[in-house]
Amino acid sequence: MTATTTSRPDARPSTRDLLTRPDTRRRVVDRLMAVVVTSAFLIALVPLVSVIWTVLGNGIERLSPYFLVVSMRGVFGGMDAGGIYHAIVGTLMVTGFATLISVPVGLLTAIYLVEYGRGRLARAVTFFVDVMTGIPSIVAGLFAYALFAIFFGPGVRFGVVGAVALSVLMTPVVVRSSEEMLRLVPNELREAAYALGVPKWLTIVKVVLRTAVGGIVTGVMLAIARVIGETAPLLITLGVIDSINYNLFEGRMMTLPVYVFRQYSQGLVPCAPEAADCIATINYDRAWAAALVLIAIVMLLNLGARLVARYFTPARGH
Amino acid sequence: MAQRIDVKDLDVYYGTFHAVADVSMMIEARSVTALIGPSGCGKSTFLRTLNRMHEVIPGARVDGTVTVDGVDLYDPAVDPVAVRRQIGMVFQRPNPFPTMSIAENVLAGVRLNNRRISKSDAADLVETSLRGANLWKEVKDRLDRPGSSLSGGQQQRLCIARAIAVKPQILLMDEPASALDPISTLAIEDLIAELKNDYTIVIVTHNMQQAARVSDRTAFFNVAGTGEPGRLIEMDDTRTMFSTPSVQATEDYISGRFG
Repeated sequence: MTATTTSRPDARPSTRDLLTRPDTRRRVVDRLMAVVVTSAFLIALVPLVSVIWTVLGNGIERLSPYFLVVSMRGVFGGMDAGGIYHAIVGTLMVTGFATLISVPVGLLTAIYLVEYGRGRLARAVTFFVDVMTGIPSIVAGLFAYALFAIFFGPGVRFGVVGAVALSVLMTPVVVRSSEEMLRLVPNELREAAYALGVPKWLTIVKVVLRTAVGGIVTGVMLAIARVIGETAPLLITLGVIDSINYNLFEGRMMTLPVYVFRQYSQGLVPCAPEAADCIATINYDRAWAAALVLIAIVMLLNLGARLVARYFTPARGH
Repeated sequence: MAQRIDVKDLDVYYGTFHAVADVSMMIEARSVTALIGPSGCGKSTFLRTLNRMHEVIPGARVDGTVTVDGVDLYDPAVDPVAVRRQIGMVFQRPNPFPTMSIAENVLAGVRLNNRRISKSDAADLVETSLRGANLWKEVKDRLDRPGSSLSGGQQQRLCIARAIAVKPQILLMDEPASALDPISTLAIEDLIAELKNDYTIVIVTHNMQQAARVSDRTAFFNVAGTGEPGRLIEMDDTRTMFSTPSVQATEDYISGRFG
């Protein structure tokens, strides 16, 4: 073989030729793809930047410490007053309670699926979790309302009903993300623990969960971000109210998304020409400012999740 | 402390697949027994039945008896978790817990079992275990660094320290040096030679020179073909196995004619 090549050097192209021959087609395709990918990224960025820009532009004016610490009690017409304190309280309490329901249920389901589940039951659970992911939020609201109406009669509206509605939406997200994270834990770590004579449940608690906790926390935070902006189910289950309610178990509660909806749907205020204290667009202004606060809360949650995830990530050597 | 293992008529199945057939052998206390044979011959599977680790795989089951100190490990009254505390295991790839420091890794057998241990006892246990694994000098100044910061060979010795910290009677090693470079391998082999004074050691290896260097007795496993169960072909003193084996297949394998 070598002998033939040396005796007939012209039979195949020289190495220099092979290495320097321009492959125009590949270069063009490469360039083209780079342009396509970059412009797709920029197009995806447009709505995001636009949303933040619009909300900031419209909401920042009304936003003030006063706006954050007062409710809408006794505010009417075009009065230059009123705030979102009651809605912030409602959003945090209802979402917090929904998290309290969803995380144990979702995490234990994920542990069952990854560590114990075999055969038909596990497949059924996975299937129904997938189905639950697709439930429209208004249906979750109707479900929670109908469930509590059985015990408390029609027209029931209080915080826990809304929390149950949100947890119906949240649980499948928690199950899915925790399941992914638990599956990422290398089997070798489980075997290492078993080989030390550690029982299965302690292995799950102290090795598997400990290794996956960063990812699980991130997943939970994303699930919270997913439901914190829900409006429709809360409109059904919590109703609308202008004053502060700290009690999840009694009375209507306001939340930020419902507040935004409520303010916006009230529209322009017909101001009398001589009224100095009347702002015609006050309802719109409040809606935008509340929307800005909602975005800020979601961003803070994401930031917090990142910090927690970083804290729990196994330290890398060197 | 060290015990001998008496295996009688052992068959291992994964579901309907018959993985290992009809193994009987005597594993001597305070000695190193090497299991050699081609890939897929069932030597790792057999090793994992010695501390009931194979049960972790769904569908795995065993017929026959494995007797340690007069107790059949497969007696219904025996707790597999307790078996694994008496019979430790070191795996092919070093697997220190990534969330734990070097010291915590050594103490994992204690801490993960929710057992309380005083600070001074813990420090003693860390030192004696790391000394036992010939790792103390290299890591004594950085015990709180993550276990994953060590080199592969050091990680494997850390895993051995972790295994001997629970004070087992028997140590099983599944190709403990196959992922390591020659110098780390030498360190592990020296360590095995020391450990056999206190423990009964069973080691699976693909490296026949390693089997010849470290073991007192060698068992050769072979498999007739895919889908067939692996079988114990013969077992003898290592010196005899490597010089005058009584079965032709053993000689063929050892001399490199197949496998």
